[in-house]
Amino acid sequence: MSTNHSSHTLEAVPHVDLHPHEELPFWRKYIFSTDHKVIGIQYGITSLIFLFFGFSLMMLMRWQLAYPGEALPILGKLFGDERMPDGIMLPEFYNQLGAMHGTIMVFLGVVPLAVGAFGNYVVPLQIGAPDMAFPKLNMASYWAYFTGGIVMLASFFIPGGSAQSGWTSYPPLSDVTVPGLWGGQTWWLIGMVFLISSSLLGSMNFIVTIIQLRTKGLTFMRLPFFVWAQFVTSFLLLLAFPPLEAAGVLQLMDRVAGTSFFLPSGLMVSGQILPNTGGGNPLLWQHLFWFLAHPEVYVLILPALGIVAEIIANNTRKPLWGYKSLVFAVIFLGFMSFIVWAHHMFLTGMGTAISAFFQTTTMIISIPSVIILSALFISLHGGSIRFNTPMLFALAFLPMFGIGGLTGLPLGLAASDIPLHDTYYVIGHFHYVVAPGTIFGLFAGIYYWFPKITGRRMNEKLGKIHFWGSFVCMNLIFFPMLIQGLAGVSRRLYDGGQQYAHAQSVLYLNEVMSIAAWVMAIFQLFFIVNFFWSRRKGEKVSANVWEATTLEWAATTSPPLAHGNFSKIPEVHHGPYEYSVPGQVKDYLPQNELAKA
Amino acid sequence: MEIPYTITARPDTGLFNAKLGVWLFLTSEVMLFGALFTTYILLRVGAPTWPHGELDVPLATLNTAVLITSSITMVMAWASLVLKEWKKHKLYLAATILLGVAFLVIKAFEYGHHFAEGELPNKSTFLAIYFTLTGLHGLHVIGGMIVNSYLFFMGGKMWKTQPERFTNRIEVAGLYWHFVDLVWIFLFPVLYLL
Amino acid sequence: MDTAHTQEFKKHIRTYILVFVALLALTIITVTISTLHLSVPAAITVALIIATIKSSLVASYFMHLISEKKLIFLALLITVVFFVALMWLPIFAHSDPIIYKNVP
Repeated sequence: MSTNHSSHTLEAVPHVDLHPHEELPFWRKYIFSTDHKVIGIQYGITSLIFLFFGFSLMMLMRWQLAYPGEALPILGKLFGDERMPDGIMLPEFYNQLGAMHGTIMVFLGVVPLAVGAFGNYVVPLQIGAPDMAFPKLNMASYWAYFTGGIVMLASFFIPGGSAQSGWTSYPPLSDVTVPGLWGGQTWWLIGMVFLISSSLLGSMNFIVTIIQLRTKGLTFMRLPFFVWAQFVTSFLLLLAFPPLEAAGVLQLMDRVAGTSFFLPSGLMVSGQILPNTGGGNPLLWQHLFWFLAHPEVYVLILPALGIVAEIIANNTRKPLWGYKSLVFAVIFLGFMSFIVWAHHMFLTGMGTAISAFFQTTTMIISIPSVIILSALFISLHGGSIRFNTPMLFALAFLPMFGIGGLTGLPLGLAASDIPLHDTYYVIGHFHYVVAPGTIFGLFAGIYYWFPKITGRRMNEKLGKIHFWGSFVCMNLIFFPMLIQGLAGVSRRLYDGGQQYAHAQSVLYLNEVMSIAAWVMAIFQLFFIVNFFWSRRKGEKVSANVWEATTLEWAATTSPPLAHGNFSKIPEVHHGPYEYSVPGQVKDYLPQNELAKA
Repeated sequence: MEIPYTITARPDTGLFNAKLGVWLFLTSEVMLFGALFTTYILLRVGAPTWPHGELDVPLATLNTAVLITSSITMVMAWASLVLKEWKKHKLYLAATILLGVAFLVIKAFEYGHHFAEGELPNKSTFLAIYFTLTGLHGLHVIGGMIVNSYLFFMGGKMWKTQPERFTNRIEVAGLYWHFVDLVWIFLFPVLYLL
Repeated sequence: MDTAHTQEFKKHIRTYILVFVALLALTIITVTISTLHLSVPAAITVALIIATIKSSLVASYFMHLISEKKLIFLALLITVVFFVALMWLPIFAHSDPIIYKNVP
């Protein structure tokens, strides 16, 4: 603190949280905290609750799909007459559950957990930064997310019920369903504006943090792959979300101010011509929506890939195979993800030339995905693998994401997309990517970094039960969807396809999937119990429990210091995955330690 | 532990944190208004007719001048800080805020006139996009004015303790303010003249 | 700040004022042209060219992009690419649609 600048800083900066000697009141320390670790934990807990909530919505839907028109025993009465009279689900309520399951899982569950929680907690530690670049902005982005979540939840209780036009909210349906301020769709849009603002603030913060606050010696090519994944993800969020924000504003105008941005002229609703002026374009929404939502798919998957890469390198005790190709693949993937969006829209009457363009870009984007997956698979070769719980989840991620990716190819080709579009095949495909893919990656991350956060490690036995149970159930839920989809069952049917002749031969699968979903819920209890039990009673472990090389393990204590991350800012001397370096005493060489000559 | 590079630039990037941050924020704003301009083009191309001369061009020209003037006063507010002329800075920053107010007042007159004539957003596609674009731009103006007012009243205390950091803040606020001006430079011909 | 530096900086301020005058002049020009009632494509081209000149003046001098660091340009370059993709969107939505071809 000898220079002039620093003394200035000390007097005036209001960031009291950065001064270790000052004790903060409870609400500043744990609620309106600006410390990236606390905010990361806040994101983590909130998003886990939302994930479980979104999962519960799906379990309710699965009752209706397995036993259409039958009363749900005991619980059914709780939902009231406007949703489930005598425990029998109304179609409107089914639609609400469907729309909100998607919205909550994607925007309130997976993204905040992957980016908000892991990104916030781990990235500054892995790059040797004292905090995020803008701590107050970081707090603001959490609270914007929280507010958005509350708005979404509250929409269940307004007179019109929550949004019910699917998570994609395609107009004209979303424009005309319960219009005005008391329609759930309006609340959905307001909620989304909060969530988008939160993501924008967060992503800007991440990019600045990663570029500006890397510690001495940590060049870009020495960054852990997880940081790279977060870096690319942040760019996707920063540049892809604003078009959806614009679209959200336009739809809000349609619903509240009576404009016709997405309503064509002469639209008939319930047998009558809509009084609106018309002249709008429903396809515009789809373009703007997918301009975000395709990059969003990679927002969902990249952080999980980053986590899996960290865990695989750590547990094979080998450097990642092809670190450079991983990095360039992830950059290329991010870039390409902006110009594939219309492959979601082959059935909207786009011409063949444009369809051809988008199916070509879609085939091109599968190349970097395959590079990443192959590199991770090859990384396993010749390793003496430690099969602990995080590693099991990470290993399961690979084939599950593989199935998810490969089942995507027929959807990316216009010709084969025509019969498969909007069937359960699509649901099966993206759930393979997101559920046993991303969510397994996130579980892996939780088991892996839990000792960092608490200083204790999660119980292995409970963890393994959780893993195997989830692994089997996930496949029992999602593989039948691919079969049903190939049989042509539509994804949005309230009764699961009872009315259709072509669905009859695969209808029995509905019950299989539903039971698997409920059994999976039971296996999640093992995780919840493990989480809370280990928090208090788990085995205490050393600061570098996994004998890892990256800075968050190498240079900090577990749990890290309450304020400020490092007692001494570390200096980096080599790449992130120096495992089993010949001639060293240990089989790992932390980034901040010099190699023995 | 302090967060580094809030005042001085990081040697290898040549930037202080907030400057990079605000530019990134502006890139996302470019995408936001880009999407709205795309919407405008799509709707206009798809419309059988597009109204001409419905809007008050003289008033909007005046507003353009007001916003451009507020941009130069903002630049001067920053330049005065670099030259350590605090009084001048205060004057220029106050002028920037007041010009923002003037812009909004003129805009409110325009809006009031439309409302009185019954020209509401739901009357035509043109009015819908007009109100959406100008309304959103107006919100950005208000946002900028809030930031500038904070720097004028409460934030100014920082000048005594950390002059460089305060200069940075004014520069960053200026970047945002100029962007708002820049958006208007496109909105003006697109909505009023074409 | 030493006096040489101050002198140098005062030159910047003269540039700002010149830019300001240019912006006002261009505003008047674009309004005047709009009263000439050119054909629609010509009017759009002229108005957008003038708007682009004006905005580049603002970005280059008021936002001092002209002397900005490489990294900012990189961020802007990425944005421009995706912005162009976004601007293609109406073309994607309108050109070459299957549905209109079979309608008599």
